[in-house]
Parts: sequence; C-alpha cells; structure tokens
Amino acid sequence: MTKEEALYEYLIRLGDNALILGQRLGEWCGHAHQLESDIAMTNVSLDLIGQARMLLTEAGEVEGKGRTEDVLAFHRNEFDFRNNLLVEMANGDFAQTITRQFFFDGFYYHLLQALKTSKNEFLQAFALKSIKEVTYHRELSADFVIRLGDGTEVSHEKMQHAVNLLWEYTGELFEMTEADEILIAEGMVPDLNDIKALWQEDVKAVLEKATLTIPDTQGYMATGSRKGNHTEYLGYILAEMQYYPRMMPDAKW
Amino acid sequence: MSEDQTNQSEQGLLWEVFIQSKPGIPHKHAGSVHAHDAEMALKAARDVYTRRREGVSLWVVPSNMIHATTEEEAESFFDPADDKAYRHPTFYTIPEGVKYL
Repeated sequence: MTKEEALYEYLIRLGDNALILGQRLGEWCGHAHQLESDIAMTNVSLDLIGQARMLLTEAGEVEGKGRTEDVLAFHRNEFDFRNNLLVEMANGDFAQTITRQFFFDGFYYHLLQALKTSKNEFLQAFALKSIKEVTYHRELSADFVIRLGDGTEVSHEKMQHAVNLLWEYTGELFEMTEADEILIAEGMVPDLNDIKALWQEDVKAVLEKATLTIPDTQGYMATGSRKGNHTEYLGYILAEMQYYPRMMPDAKW
Repeated sequence: MSEDQTNQSEQGLLWEVFIQSKPGIPHKHAGSVHAHDAEMALKAARDVYTRRREGVSLWVVPSNMIHATTEEEAESFFDPADDKAYRHPTFYTIPEGVKYL
C-alpha cells in the first residue's frame, strides 16, 4: 500500500462517516418530536454534509483518477463505502438517534483534536475548521443523553435500550488497518488506541451522570466496515441517496 | 389555553429568546423556544435563531417571568408622552461617528 492509497482510505473513511450520518440525521427533517429538535438534528446533518464534501473532494484529488465529491458520494456501491457501522444504524426513536450521535461525537471530537497537529496539511486545516462544529455536536448530544437518561422512567428505559442496542457497534470505531500504520508513521494521524482511551473516559462520565449502564457483551463487538462489509441498512440509505443522481447523471442544481 | 399550559407542556417550558447581533448593542427579542431547562433552551435558541450569523450573544428567559402592560393600561402609560417634544434630544448636535443613538 502506498502513502497515497493509505491517505485515500483514511479520507474516504472520514468522508463516508460524515456523509452517511448526515444523510441519516436529515431523515428527521419534518419528523422530530418538536421543532427545536428537528432543527437541531438537521443543523448537525448540514454540518456533516459540509464536512463530507471537503473530505470526499480531497479523497478524489489524492486518488488522482478524476473522481469528484459527487462521483464518490453517488456512484460507489456498498462495498466501497468505509463508514463505520454505527453511523448507518437506523434512527429508531429519538433515544436511539441521540445515543448513536453521542457515541460518534465523542470519537470524532477526540480524533479531530488529534488531527489539529497532523503533518498532512489538508487534515490539519480540516480539523481546525471542523472542531468548532463537532464541539457543539458533542455538547448537545451529551446534554440530551444526561437529561433523557436521568429523566422520567420512560425516557430512562428508552435510553438504556438504545445504549444496549448500539454498544456493540462502538468497537470498530477504533479498529486500525495498514493505512493507519502508514499514516501514523508519517505523523499524519493518531493511534486510535489513544482516541479510544479518551472516548471511554468521556462515555463513562456521561453515562454515569445519565444513570445509564454499559451492557455486558462479554467483549463482543460487531466489525466489518474497514473491509466494506456493512449492515443491511447501508443499501437502503444508498438507494434513497443515490437514486436520483444515478437516474439523471448530469442533473445540475 | 390557561397560562399554566402555555408555560409547561410536554415540550417543556416556554422561553423567550433575545439576541445581541453585535458586541455593545442591546439584546433584541427574536422569538421563543421550548426546552426543559435553561441550558437546553440556549442550545435550542442557538439552533433555531442563529443559523445565519444573527448574533454574538444569547439570552433566554422563562416566558412566565415576563410581566407585560395590558391594552387597558396603554392610554395612561404611554399617551402622556405624546406632547412632550422637549424630551427628544433634537436640540443637540450628535457628533459624527456615534452609532446606535
């Protein structure tokens, strides 16, 4: 694997996470339980879609085959996507959406903090710009987790159900491949084990405040996205997201 | 709808939102949001009312803490100021460069 191939894989990973989670959150538009949450979720969605655009554009340039952000977003198939399984999980109820967001935000926040000192110029600039948005996302989702977890009996039950459901999808956020090894040696990206330690501390503190408990899965964690093996959800997301650009490939705004 | 229902519903308390658009000038009323506590009200206000760089600072105030004049009081409260032109600072020249007067 060359340095460029490693960088492409890394950018696609980040870009696909932002794109797929952005698409998921966008599904709330007009459907949340109140206007305030509706706008909050779609604001986060728009932040992520904006980040996905930068990341996929850069990925296309690093790859050097002339693929634009749109080609990468709309003309790749499931097996070419490298987003984590967590972000493709169904919105479910609001508890599931916010728990998914909380698990992701903590990971993404600490990753971007580390990328602020990346020796790769793009990753550094991207991190400096995006950290502001993600700092807000992280506060917002943690606030919701604490209030709903430590809220009413019903909200607590729904939140605990969401944590139990999603916990096994958090492990692969921190999986590393050959690409990580190459880029770590270049000083471009952090060791994800370090990010994991920071994330675990965060999650533990917030869940404790929220009176929620981490389920005992006896160490089992789902895996697959680093190799392009996804859950059944991704196909449906792509079908909705890609239908129009594939039907009308030259359509313009 | 009774006052109680207005202020505490399933969607939380009602909060009035005030935005300061630039440093040094007063916060202006922008609208209202629902939230269960002040911290979440600030976040809701941020998400609903400052998406287009409308402000640099936000206040939220529980709506039921605001006391307002009634329409019946309007005459005695405000009409007496009608014929007191000397209260307007029109007899001074305002130095150039003074903003927001």
